[in-house]
Amino acid sequence: MNSKKIEKRFEAIRTLLAIVIALLIALVVIVIVSDDPANALYNFLIGPMTNARRFANVIELSIPLMFCGLAVSIMFAADQSNMASEGAFYVSCTVTSVIAVLWKLPPLLHMIACLAAGTLTGIIIMCIPAVLKAKWQANELVSSLMLNYICLYMGNYIIRTRVLDTSLGITTSLGFQETVSLPNLIPGTRLHLGLVFVILAVILCYIMMYHTGLGYSIRTIGQNKNFAKYAGMGVGGVVVLTQVIGGALAGFGGATEMIGMYNRFQYQGLPQYGFDGMLIAIMAKYNPALVPVAAIFLAYIRTGADIMNRTSDVPYEIISVIQSAIIMLVVAKMFLNRLKHKQIVKYSKLELEKKEAL
Amino acid sequence: MYSRYMGLSDIDSPMLNRRSDKEIAMAETILSMENITKIYPNGFIANKNVNFELRKGEIHALAGENGAGKSTLMKVLFGEEQCEEGKIFFKGKEVKIDNPLCAIKMGIGMVHQHFMLVPSMTVAENMVLGLEPEKAGFLNKEEAVKRTIEVSEKYGLEIDPHAKVKDLSVGLKQRVEILKALLRGADVLILDEPTAVLTPQETVEIFEELKRLRELGHTVVFISHKLNEIKEICDRITIMRDGRTIDVKMVEEVSEQEISRLMIGRDVQLKTDKTPAKPGQTFLSVKNLSYTDAAGQQILKDINMTVRKGEILGIAGIEGNGQNELSELVTGMRKLRTGQIRIGGEDISRKSVREIRELGVSHISQDRMTYGVVSDAGVADNIIADRYYRKEFKKGILLNKKKICEKTDQLILEYSVKCDNREQPVRMLSGGNMQKVVVAREFSSDPKLVIANQPTRGIDVGAAELVHRKLLELRDREAAILLISADLTEIIHLSDSIIVLHGGAIAAYFEDVKQMDPVELGEYMLGIKKMTREQIGGAVHEQ
Repeated sequence: MNSKKIEKRFEAIRTLLAIVIALLIALVVIVIVSDDPANALYNFLIGPMTNARRFANVIELSIPLMFCGLAVSIMFAADQSNMASEGAFYVSCTVTSVIAVLWKLPPLLHMIACLAAGTLTGIIIMCIPAVLKAKWQANELVSSLMLNYICLYMGNYIIRTRVLDTSLGITTSLGFQETVSLPNLIPGTRLHLGLVFVILAVILCYIMMYHTGLGYSIRTIGQNKNFAKYAGMGVGGVVVLTQVIGGALAGFGGATEMIGMYNRFQYQGLPQYGFDGMLIAIMAKYNPALVPVAAIFLAYIRTGADIMNRTSDVPYEIISVIQSAIIMLVVAKMFLNRLKHKQIVKYSKLELEKKEAL
Repeated sequence: MYSRYMGLSDIDSPMLNRRSDKEIAMAETILSMENITKIYPNGFIANKNVNFELRKGEIHALAGENGAGKSTLMKVLFGEEQCEEGKIFFKGKEVKIDNPLCAIKMGIGMVHQHFMLVPSMTVAENMVLGLEPEKAGFLNKEEAVKRTIEVSEKYGLEIDPHAKVKDLSVGLKQRVEILKALLRGADVLILDEPTAVLTPQETVEIFEELKRLRELGHTVVFISHKLNEIKEICDRITIMRDGRTIDVKMVEEVSEQEISRLMIGRDVQLKTDKTPAKPGQTFLSVKNLSYTDAAGQQILKDINMTVRKGEILGIAGIEGNGQNELSELVTGMRKLRTGQIRIGGEDISRKSVREIRELGVSHISQDRMTYGVVSDAGVADNIIADRYYRKEFKKGILLNKKKICEKTDQLILEYSVKCDNREQPVRMLSGGNMQKVVVAREFSSDPKLVIANQPTRGIDVGAAELVHRKLLELRDREAAILLISADLTEIIHLSDSIIVLHGGAIAAYFEDVKQMDPVELGEYMLGIKKMTREQIGGAVHEQ
């Protein structure tokens, strides 16, 4: 036990406690608004585990969340507050849809074409704020946030002008070719090959971040850019590269989601996975290995809230309350600080006594 | 009445000395701190059951090495830090000091080492900051000026109330800080290493000012580790070591040697043995170097100099005379626009920081926290920053963790870095150990040119000794060393030749440090004197 371990332990406790408090708040709200709180609570907390199909829903939902969580983790680790993952994901979905509807290729090739096009689109979108910053010092936080709206309408434009299904009153594309759909993993569920992709992505990102020179320089730049420059790292290049990687992950995630889960493009607005990616990255402390944990947790309470929405009188929107409480408490650096300080004081004194006894 | 000791201290009469002891002993205790324990959030115990007592009207030295806990104790007193245990009594009553405002209200003032002034404002405006006199909701400037003049006349510390603070010399800025504290009614004035940034001439002046304050009945705490200064103006001394009070003594009764022994806990060799330099070929050459910053201010003016292999060239000068810019230009951190810099014969104007480092350049930055370390990362991550991409630390495309660990452990041992293990974040280390990490990285890459900018600032004597020894070792292994330091003792002691920078230009060049008069060095630093072009021309050695 030393001060560093105390600090680490408190980091973990803080995150867990934040989640517990957020859930408690949700419970209080449910008890207040619901006529049958017991039923609502049961469906919210236990619902996703009651059968295999529901649990598969949790895992399906966690796939795009993991892709976006990884994308954001890598960019945020380099201290780039690029929030265009939402737009990158969305536009990738539309580009993938166009190729899935219009191109005619053999099955494997068609899938690869879709995934490649989605990845490339993600990279291009994500690099816009990066280039704006590198060239003209435009704050990436502002430009990427605004870019998301441009992405929304650009995506709509692509769908509407290329592959709109005019037989329906809403913006949906024509059906995808059968040659694109990703193989199913477990019959009776919608679990698709994307799960394997995302597991590989998590492993690769983890290795990159903690076992390669690139990951080392990303972390160093994120923690102290001046030091990185002083030590001779090519700060500009690495910073742009993190956004290329982030864009690739978000874009690949979008393409996977399209051809893994759907037969046609049917989003009616931004799907929010990119924004959720930020919540996940923050909970995972930018560590790729923790991204799946955070993503599955989020997918679980989302699925629970969805089930509760359908089976009780509590609306789905309760989820926003939980999320905001978690974010506030996790990012609140001084939360539990006094307790931590007391522990460290106690430990330091003990050490001192030990030293003096010698 | 206590002003009398000053005159007496020179006279070696035990009788008289005893009498003044008695006077001090009889003087009323104005402040006492009892059993103060302060533990920082990183677990570092800065103060352990420290006792400290001040008597009215004395100049009290608080001495100890860097990291002994002097500054922490004073921060607790001034309300900047909260102690875990202990009591503070001021003017006979127990008090709780939650923040500096509290301390100021009670009559405790502090002059920090780094001044807390707004450079763009005038002296008068700075003086009234926080207690601004108002007229119809606006700052009443006349009143501010009036108050400044009042307090300045009362204490006989002359100052121009209309001058902009940024135009003042370091000594005058310090005077503004002192007046600021006095205006707020400070009976007890804490000065944190007030002479660290002053020239010898300015030091004499501040001593006069402090003596005047003592005559007027103010109590002064003088934090320092410069023994000769303590001997010169202080009445009593509290010596701290390793977070504890070691001893309280009358200054007249202890010798410098004794104080130093109490401070360090062992006899130190105040001088490292240094053999004469054997300069070889020119390795760094700077030609017609000028630099203008983003604000259009000319920082460096036509610098011509060379550093040869196997010599230490010292750059003396008051801080902010272009030293940082010079070191950052040589290391590639700033873009070179006018002039030429050659390292080992190669022009560096188009080279990146890494390419320059690859030429064999090491760089200790003056700003340890910003450039020297990644404070949240572990010791190992800090050590490999300049070499992680090299073959020896790689295994295919992956980092060779085993090699990295071995190298780090070896350097931790060699530079005796005090840390729990190689993964411990460096922010948890003391300043001295943090600097050891920096030095371990910069000195272990087998450098041919070392740019050492303030290499021992704010670190303890032990760590400073190590840095000095290693610098000399490198010199004897034929490295060229450019040593920039505001610490005159350090620069005179280590350098073979010295350049003085004043206002961004070379004001003087001393080929042989042994034949140089420190007082004269001070005059060049202050810009009172300037050498001719021919004399300065000696700083350039062809080949």
